[in-house]
Amino acid sequence: MSGRWIRLAALAGTVALSIASMAGLASARSDATTGTSPTGRAVASRTLNIYGMGGRDDVAQGRLDFAGDALGSSVEVSNPVGGFNDQAFLARLAAGDVPDLVYISRNSVGTYAAKNAFLPLASCIRSQSIDTKQYRAAALSEVRYKGQIYALPEFTNQITMLVNQDVAKAAGVAVADIQTTNWKKLRQANKKLLKVEDGKLTRIGFDPKIPEFFPLWVKWFGKDLISKDGLKAQLNSREAVAALAYTVSLINDHGGWNRFKAFRDTFDFFGRGNPFARNQIAAMPFESFIYNVFADNSPQIDLVAKYFTNRKGGPITLFSGSGWAIPRGSKDPDLACQFMKAMTSVEAWKKVGKARFDLRKRQGRAFTGLYTANTKADVAVYEDIYQPIGKKGFDDAVALLVRAPRYGFAIPLSPASAEFRQAWIDGINRVLNGQQSPRQALDQAQREAQTAIDKAK
Amino acid sequence: MASVATSTAGPGPRERARRWFSGFRERETWTAYAFLLPWVFGFVFLTAGPMVASAYLSFTNYGVEQIAGFSPTETVGTEHYRQLVHDEKIRLALRNTFTFTVMMVPATMIVALALAMILVRIGRAAGIFRTIFYIPQITPPVAAAILLLVLFNGQVGIVNRGLELLGIQGPFWTTDPSWIKPSLVILSVWSVGGTMVIYLAALHGVPRQLYEAAAIDGASQWRRFRDVTLPMISPALFFTFIILTLSGLTNFTEVYTAYFGAGSTGAEAPDAALMYAVYLFRQQFEFFNMGYGSAMAWLLFGIAMVITLVQVTVSRRFVFYQGGQK
Repeated sequence: MSGRWIRLAALAGTVALSIASMAGLASARSDATTGTSPTGRAVASRTLNIYGMGGRDDVAQGRLDFAGDALGSSVEVSNPVGGFNDQAFLARLAAGDVPDLVYISRNSVGTYAAKNAFLPLASCIRSQSIDTKQYRAAALSEVRYKGQIYALPEFTNQITMLVNQDVAKAAGVAVADIQTTNWKKLRQANKKLLKVEDGKLTRIGFDPKIPEFFPLWVKWFGKDLISKDGLKAQLNSREAVAALAYTVSLINDHGGWNRFKAFRDTFDFFGRGNPFARNQIAAMPFESFIYNVFADNSPQIDLVAKYFTNRKGGPITLFSGSGWAIPRGSKDPDLACQFMKAMTSVEAWKKVGKARFDLRKRQGRAFTGLYTANTKADVAVYEDIYQPIGKKGFDDAVALLVRAPRYGFAIPLSPASAEFRQAWIDGINRVLNGQQSPRQALDQAQREAQTAIDKAK
Repeated sequence: MASVATSTAGPGPRERARRWFSGFRERETWTAYAFLLPWVFGFVFLTAGPMVASAYLSFTNYGVEQIAGFSPTETVGTEHYRQLVHDEKIRLALRNTFTFTVMMVPATMIVALALAMILVRIGRAAGIFRTIFYIPQITPPVAAAILLLVLFNGQVGIVNRGLELLGIQGPFWTTDPSWIKPSLVILSVWSVGGTMVIYLAALHGVPRQLYEAAAIDGASQWRRFRDVTLPMISPALFFTFIILTLSGLTNFTEVYTAYFGAGSTGAEAPDAALMYAVYLFRQQFEFFNMGYGSAMAWLLFGIAMVITLVQVTVSRRFVFYQGGQK
């Protein structure tokens, strides 16, 4: 072959590769956005494009099917696999490829709502006659900005206290003394429960779970980290400083943050060798999903579930979770509204609750209920479907969880939710690392948070 | 080696342009440009274009509303650049980044050079060891970051267990602010394979006669290394010095994965791990302050440019090019 032909062939190859890669990109984009209908309908006159519902477990899929059926056979539901990702969502907005409906963490809703990226749901709620009273008030407060609801809440995580009874007994501490109402008593218990062997921490006494659960400790005083309208940070209040100083003291009792965290980083909370099963921790507040995990992989744990209590002894719990929102620019907001109404309905939750119960029963596994943002659904699942699993600790925990939501609160939406959260988390970390005092750290956090809110509102 | 001085001035701009255009009479020129086209396309649309756009955005209020087209993009003058001066986190992130870079660059160069020199000397087994030393380089940075947390755990990590065997109480590498950057430096040094290969190639290029001549003159091992090896491989050292410096200034993946992202251990990211690129990413893609993030990117670009210019200027005294230019 002559040099000329070799050059021509190489050039043709280069051009072909370029075209092929572009075609591949286009094809990949097309695949990513079309997906398949969960109901497998072949003919559809309308399409609902969902973004962010990455999970495909039985509870998710069952409700997707239920909501798809509710829309009717003429609607195709496109729901590509993959969770909500800010960068991907922004790229879609920039490209004009706006999803009709997004599934998103509730604490992210405020940022988008403040920037007009989500539609207020007043007309949706009105037109679809959605009963907002069925949703937990605290969950709704997480998605309300300037008086408008911007998302329908779906799952809910609530915080309760887990006490490892084996450890408490071994340390000679009464379970009743492992509580949060009396801080002095809790600190005494903490010191008795923790264990240091050969200079190494081998058991955590009481883990206050800061930074993430810091709002709960401030709520102990009846205070919040931010005003109800989400526009005024209250991070350096006297109560917040006191809460931080106290929780850090619980950690310092273990020999300081470095030792405490290095030990906690070794935990696998989701396996059979979780820290409760291995008696590596005596007590801690934790999200409600953990009961389901423990019931499944280590039902032998002798745990006691308790409420996190405030200074007066009243139960309090911190809410977080997911929700459905309609982006501005959605091509079919009415359809999106119908869909999310169905996804969060009592009927949908009951259907998947029963299916999961049956599935678990067949598999010989425990069913500890579903914990949603829908009060009526939780009660229905508990009363109509749930059956005690025969382990007192877990059965009591389920009963506690069903009652817990009435004591719930959530961090109000802020137009700078992410920056606000980062400000107080960074502040707490500075104290844990010994870089600043609680007062200095929260003063700085207050400045950072308020600056971000003022810029965003 | 002295540079070759030219007594006459080079061709003027018009003459240079004429020569450049005359090249298009040749078919090879067209073929060459055709081959270059994919890269030029990538450079213009994926590098130069976004850079120009970010320069513009750094003077605007660009954010979610503007991305989605709900609100017009408005200029805010130099507000973002003024904000950079007052942002406490900028100072913190720059301090962290400089500290990391100052530790990482010499450490990487010294270890890479030492390994390369060992490989040059061990003869036939060099191939096996070259592969072994290079393997960490092909480990995905995300996996390396997770390894960092496991290996350097202050209580049960292998590193501290090893130190314990030597009677040394290891630090809390991943939690103690004083040890976070050193542990990241060690992680960087671990994947030293790429730099090592460059040095290896440079070492192979050093003429043997120079060592023989030095040996005949009675030069010690150290003198041969200092006066023959180092000058002869100085272009490679200089190249890696610049590349590693830029890499240090833009350090992101490992530190983000280990302390801020999915691989992290929760919300407990310490201030000591806040590198400039991480803070930039947060401003852009977590807080959606695209204009401010763009200003941050240009500040980093300016800093990198200044540092590189200083390095290039200083290098003229130390880098030896065999072609005759110093």
